[in-house]
Amino acid sequence: MTADADADAARRAWPLWEVFVRSRRGLTHNHVGSLHAPDAQLALRNARDVYTRRQEGVSIWVVPAAQITASSPDEKDPFFAPAADKIYRYPTFYDIPDGVQHL
Amino acid sequence: MNDVATYALRLGDDALIMAQRLSEWSSNAPEIEEDIALTNIALDLLGQARTLLTYAGAPDGRTEDDLAYLRGEREFVNCQLVEQPCGDFAVTITRQLFFATYQLALYERLIDSVDDTLAGVAAKAAKEAAYHRDHATGWTMRLGDGTDESHRRMQAALERMWPHIHELFESDELVRGLSGRGVAVDPPSLRPEWSAYVGGILAEATLARPEDGWAPSGGRRGLHSEHFGYLLAEMQHLNRSHPGASW
Repeated sequence: MTADADADAARRAWPLWEVFVRSRRGLTHNHVGSLHAPDAQLALRNARDVYTRRQEGVSIWVVPAAQITASSPDEKDPFFAPAADKIYRYPTFYDIPDGVQHL
Repeated sequence: MNDVATYALRLGDDALIMAQRLSEWSSNAPEIEEDIALTNIALDLLGQARTLLTYAGAPDGRTEDDLAYLRGEREFVNCQLVEQPCGDFAVTITRQLFFATYQLALYERLIDSVDDTLAGVAAKAAKEAAYHRDHATGWTMRLGDGTDESHRRMQAALERMWPHIHELFESDELVRGLSGRGVAVDPPSLRPEWSAYVGGILAEATLARPEDGWAPSGGRRGLHSEHFGYLLAEMQHLNRSHPGASW
């Protein structure tokens, strides 16, 4: 095995983590990117070093990427298309009655 | 140079040389995430060094750059631990564990210094050192209590760096005088806390505490190991070749 192949193998051994950061004034944690780390504690520390170097956040979550179940592009139509013609789901569908103020 | 300036220079040189050594990992760390972690730590230390060297040079009208780039080997007063070569990742982590634990204990006390500048540097640097220690601790645990190979390398790194810890806790007339006036922290007073913390981590990481023996010394008097000249050559050559060069 070459050194490069060894390094590749080691790299694969480190799982991928998705990183969520809550900004100073933010209410929710937002996805900022991903990184490799051997375990959750080091993933947190790596996230601190990679994603909060410029005071971007006050709280960090890391989640194993393998634990995230995502919708696939193939399912796009069954998942999302039916919403398009349901205009009554938007507030703009409704007329504002006369006499309603401050809306 | 007055006593306070000399003391600031010791603290500043420790930070500067440690930063220079750590930045050697830039683009060379085992993982890109670790590359960023180590160079972040280097930048923290460089920030400390800039403030301390500026403060140390002010009485003589010398700038931080004058002190960093235009002093010879014998004029540097850093401890010898920080100038030791990076070795493998285990050596770097061991050096970092020893130094960050020392720095944290020191700065947590220096916050109470009667010297406002030193107290200010300490307040900021203590938070940074706490993270540096945490980083080194995490890796010490994982490497010590990891695979046979990582354990072997960590133990070898401990044996290699251990002789250099004794100098951290040496005192002399200058620092004793300053600590008597409430300006400085007398290094021997840091040793119990340092030993308790490092001892606890080593035990948890299934590593053996090395025996005390050879204890090289002299950094505070400008005596350095053979590695130091090469470090200075790399750190200073640009400024010496192109005086006044800037970004």
